[in-house]
Amino acid sequence: MSEQQPLLVEDDNAGPPPRRPEELEQEYGLGAKAASIVAAVIIPVILIAFYFSFLFLKDEDAHKGLKVVLAIVVGTVGVWGLYWGVDRLIARLPRAAANAARPFLFVGPAMVLLTFYLIYPAVNTLFLSLQDRDSEEFVGFDNFNTIFTESQYQIGIRNSILWVLVVPAAALVIGLGFATLVDQLGRRTESITKSMIFMPMAISFVGASVVFTFIYSFRPEGFGEQIGLLNAIKVGVGAEPTSWLSQQPWNNLYLMVILVWLQTGFSMVILSSAIKGVPEELIEAARIDGASEWKVFTRITIPTIKSTIVVVWTTVIITVWKVFDIVWVMTGGRDGTQVVAQQMVQEFFTNQNNGVGAALAVIMFVAITPILIINIRRFKAEEAMR
Amino acid sequence: MTTIDATSEVGVDEEPTELRPPKAKRAPFPVYLTVLVVTAIWMIPTIGLLVNSFRDPSDIRESGWWTALANPFDTAQWTLDNYSRVLDEGFSNAFLNTFAVAIPSTVIPITIAAFAAYAFAWMDFPGRNFLFVVVVGLMVVPLQMALIPILRVYTDVDLTGTYPAVWLAHAGFGLPLAVYLLRNYMGSLPSSMIESARIDGADHFAIFTRLILPLSVPVLASFAIFQFLWTWNDYLVALVFLGIDPDKRVLTVELADLAGRGEGALNLLPAAAFVTMVLPIVVFFSLQRYFVRGLTAGSVKG
Repeated sequence: MSEQQPLLVEDDNAGPPPRRPEELEQEYGLGAKAASIVAAVIIPVILIAFYFSFLFLKDEDAHKGLKVVLAIVVGTVGVWGLYWGVDRLIARLPRAAANAARPFLFVGPAMVLLTFYLIYPAVNTLFLSLQDRDSEEFVGFDNFNTIFTESQYQIGIRNSILWVLVVPAAALVIGLGFATLVDQLGRRTESITKSMIFMPMAISFVGASVVFTFIYSFRPEGFGEQIGLLNAIKVGVGAEPTSWLSQQPWNNLYLMVILVWLQTGFSMVILSSAIKGVPEELIEAARIDGASEWKVFTRITIPTIKSTIVVVWTTVIITVWKVFDIVWVMTGGRDGTQVVAQQMVQEFFTNQNNGVGAALAVIMFVAITPILIINIRRFKAEEAMR
Repeated sequence: MTTIDATSEVGVDEEPTELRPPKAKRAPFPVYLTVLVVTAIWMIPTIGLLVNSFRDPSDIRESGWWTALANPFDTAQWTLDNYSRVLDEGFSNAFLNTFAVAIPSTVIPITIAAFAAYAFAWMDFPGRNFLFVVVVGLMVVPLQMALIPILRVYTDVDLTGTYPAVWLAHAGFGLPLAVYLLRNYMGSLPSSMIESARIDGADHFAIFTRLILPLSVPVLASFAIFQFLWTWNDYLVALVFLGIDPDKRVLTVELADLAGRGEGALNLLPAAAFVTMVLPIVVFFSLQRYFVRGLTAGSVKG
């Protein structure tokens, strides 16, 4: 962990002050028997309520607003009540048994969800990738063979690698540069300009694609005025308009710009707070020794925030590696712009080819395992320092 | 998703910590200029879209948005028609659908993750460290890995195209990050406080609900905002599990469909895009502080 302590808990809304222990004891001591009786009743009631509300939620004709309200009630009150009820029953067990059982009540539901939504599908996808398009026959590594030999998939893999090389690097360099410069300005200016750079984080990838439609729009000469900003500028200075999104291989770069636009704010904000954590004395000392601003930046700031840079970089890589929406909406993967994540959805959803789709997903996963290992190592190192 | 936890206080619109001396406000001119130019470049695409969304449909097709800025006070060129048409053509319905997806998809994982995070932070049980390492690993598993098997199960139990299908999927996909963030935060609360409550006879459930949860409001808020924006802006999960049935489309699906219609729908695109963006942008600007905290922290700890 760290040179600087996280500044947490004490300040802002830490909620109401904790109750006095006597109160807690009273509530949980005297009423224990009554509570366990209530619990014994409440658990089946909630389960039955779950069942019926589930039927209602599945009902196509039911009122939408009602569904949302019901979902929130069930999702909070119901789930909460269930935890509470089971906890009260556990409390009736002999002490040792109760202590052994309770953690599993707390962790259990989360592990069940994770198992069903992430672990089981991951294993299942592995099997599907070894089967044919309808998942009926075992075909060995045929799907992988297809992917690594057919040019459309090779291009997809090449493009994905390019995305991963270009976008995180660009987002980092611009973000770091901006964070460093803006650190020298007044607070108000800093806060406002940072918000402006950060704002695209709130925009969906689909929305961002539409935003850039009006940047990249192209009309052949003689088919009306240019409504895309870039082509209007080109025509304005007397050049020919460019069909940005069909100009291979540069169209990939133009699509990457959209994601850089979205992700730079993220890296900028995080790097900016890291920069503010660099000890002032260190910088002052270097300045007194006659170091130029550039030297201070490269010899002190960057080494100090190195681990933050790595975290930001890996985080953006994961986002970029999974990019699907931008390509899907802007070009549909045409003109040599396909990427692995988008081809995966295309195979599985549009072409109904489970085998190749699953194989592409497996490739995505395998490619990301180094980051997975880095994260786990980092986590373990942090734990060791706790 | 990110691998960053939420224990620090640094944010976009927050005052720098007191440790810093007041800034010298006389930065050299080139610094000002660069910051200004970069900010302008970042803003122009959104501003252009906003301007375009208020222009006459034929103007949108025939000229660039910047031409409208030549005479901004010529009120005849401004109109709300695009918005009213977009809302009539399915976007008001899609707006409701998106709410119906995003809110439970945010509420459900928080509850479940909070219990799990407490156990990971303050309970002793066999396999605790191993299970938590699994959670850390699951944070980077690509969504794509899960799509086909889950859709097959959903189809078998007749869940495809229903809200619970999407809620539970979002809950499952959001859980690793939620458990990770909340556990790191809860684990950093002072243990003396919890021990004294235990000595006074409070059990785990009481400590969790009376002590830990109220103290964890900041991190709960951070994750809630993060997950809400994520589910609101999600396209893939909604497309696969809820589908393209016009009645059930969420905003991103509706917008992508409109974008796919090409020139014919060009004049509706800016207004439609803004309808999808308005709520996340409002949430973002009003709760930026919490959102940033959710993103920052652990990464800054170095």
